[in-house]
Amino acid sequence: MSRLFVAMGLVLLVGASLSIGVADLWAADIDAGLVMAVSRVPRTVAAVLAGAGLALAGVVVQLSVQNRLVEPSLTGTPEAAMLGLLGITLFAPGSALLVKMGVAAAAALVGTTGFFVLATRVPQRDPILLPLVGLIYGGILGAATLWLAWATDLVQYLGTWTSGEFSGVLRGRYEVLWLIAGLAGLLWLVADRITLLSLGESHARSLGLDYRATRLLGLVIVSLVVAAVVVTVGTLPFVGLVVPNIVSRLRGDNLRTNLPFIAGLGGALILAADVLGRVVRYPYEIPAGTVFSVFGAAAFLWLLNAPRRPAHG
Amino acid sequence: MTFETCNLSITRDGVPVLEGIDLSLPPGGITAIIGPNGAGKSTLLHAMAGLLSPHAGAVRLNGRDLSGIQPGERARSLALLTQDQGVTARLTVADLIAFGRWPHHQGRPGHEDRAAVADAIETFDLGPLAARTLDALSGGQRQRAFVAMAYAQTTPWILLDEPLSALDPRYAHDIMRRLHDLSRTGPDARSVVIVVHDLGVTARFADRVIGLKDGKLFGAGETGDLMTSDWLTRLYDTPMEVAEVGGRKIPFAA
Repeated sequence: MSRLFVAMGLVLLVGASLSIGVADLWAADIDAGLVMAVSRVPRTVAAVLAGAGLALAGVVVQLSVQNRLVEPSLTGTPEAAMLGLLGITLFAPGSALLVKMGVAAAAALVGTTGFFVLATRVPQRDPILLPLVGLIYGGILGAATLWLAWATDLVQYLGTWTSGEFSGVLRGRYEVLWLIAGLAGLLWLVADRITLLSLGESHARSLGLDYRATRLLGLVIVSLVVAAVVVTVGTLPFVGLVVPNIVSRLRGDNLRTNLPFIAGLGGALILAADVLGRVVRYPYEIPAGTVFSVFGAAAFLWLLNAPRRPAHG
Repeated sequence: MTFETCNLSITRDGVPVLEGIDLSLPPGGITAIIGPNGAGKSTLLHAMAGLLSPHAGAVRLNGRDLSGIQPGERARSLALLTQDQGVTARLTVADLIAFGRWPHHQGRPGHEDRAAVADAIETFDLGPLAARTLDALSGGQRQRAFVAMAYAQTTPWILLDEPLSALDPRYAHDIMRRLHDLSRTGPDARSVVIVVHDLGVTARFADRVIGLKDGKLFGAGETGDLMTSDWLTRLYDTPMEVAEVGGRKIPFAA
């Protein structure tokens, strides 16, 4: 039932996304096929892949640190990726997009590892503590990035990475995001292992899981997803937080069976935000990241105020 | 399958937690690890589960050094239930128990795995709760689900770290009775090692007792032989008595 619902919503949104835009596809002087191939299809695909990827990255982080209130934007991951991007832009400005993404992913990996190290020192009693620590950690990394950008006159670049939006997505400039489809496939293969992480280190190890290697694999997947998204469209906060939590409430936390739902809902919500951003002030656009933040922040507050406490007895 | 520790020593951050532990556990029955807080009971259990590398000495399962056994094979020989699961994931009881089979199938469950899960659900009376998520269970139900998961792992040895903490007597006895039955049903009898604080439960259900004090072995042997007021008084450094009610020995702090 919910499967059908998500699939239908996604199909409707894809249809809407393909048909909405400044260019009138039915006008005589416009090559509709070209507009589709160069702009509309890439933009739609990019929104779906970015949303799906960030939602999956969110659930991986949540299961890895056993806290459902964290997501990549609360682990310093995008800030670290931006710092890496800034570095490569300074030292080798002419690098290919793939090289830039690689550097951003490596920086994201280092930054997220730093958060994981912090996470082992934060008491687990109060689940809100870890996201706050992550917020501060990301803030420090972000401040360092901003300072570096300011000192080197690159603040404008930073702007394109911080606000996720899809108006700049054209054929030839978004294909890196297809990496997310591959990573989602990889994640599906190791879904049980990632779910086992949520049982905690001792328990997971006693079941024969290579805990460190599995966590590292999760970190690499999260870093690659975030780097790919930051490089192509800019960060989109809250997706990784809200989507896994909604799915968790409806279906529990078994990643193997949830993965298509998390990916589908993440893709659908970001695509919806992008479509909405295109029509609200037509013909101008509001970035999808901004639109989604409004929904995401509200959903986050709802999650905080409606916690499911375990029954005692 | 005997479980042995030879001169086992564990250090944590350079501080010795366990020193020179020599144990030999025959298969079958329930072995209770008791002792004061901070005696190293949990550490011993984790070391026996192969999760801590010894500073000196070794843990041997059937004569084989545990550190030389691959994690996957180890997980098919012994199951460990850790003390505070702290699991926030909203897994259903059935899913949780199914993860106990992971060492056997690594993600591709077969007929045997499904049968083992069904057996665990039945053995621990979890049928009505199978579709519920962990956060919707009471403390006792939750603990029973985790014990069932360790059971579904179908290992000759089951190690349980304080599975009775925070359980009222009814649930505690319920779990112990089930473990007791498992530990003596013919050729598939499981050997149970359990860290426990409740001496009444220990006296009633444990076949053997291991006493730990200050990281050292204080004594090990048959429950009936060891659990005397003198031995317990010295183990806990507090006056202990053993009363006999209806032919049953009940230790208590005097």
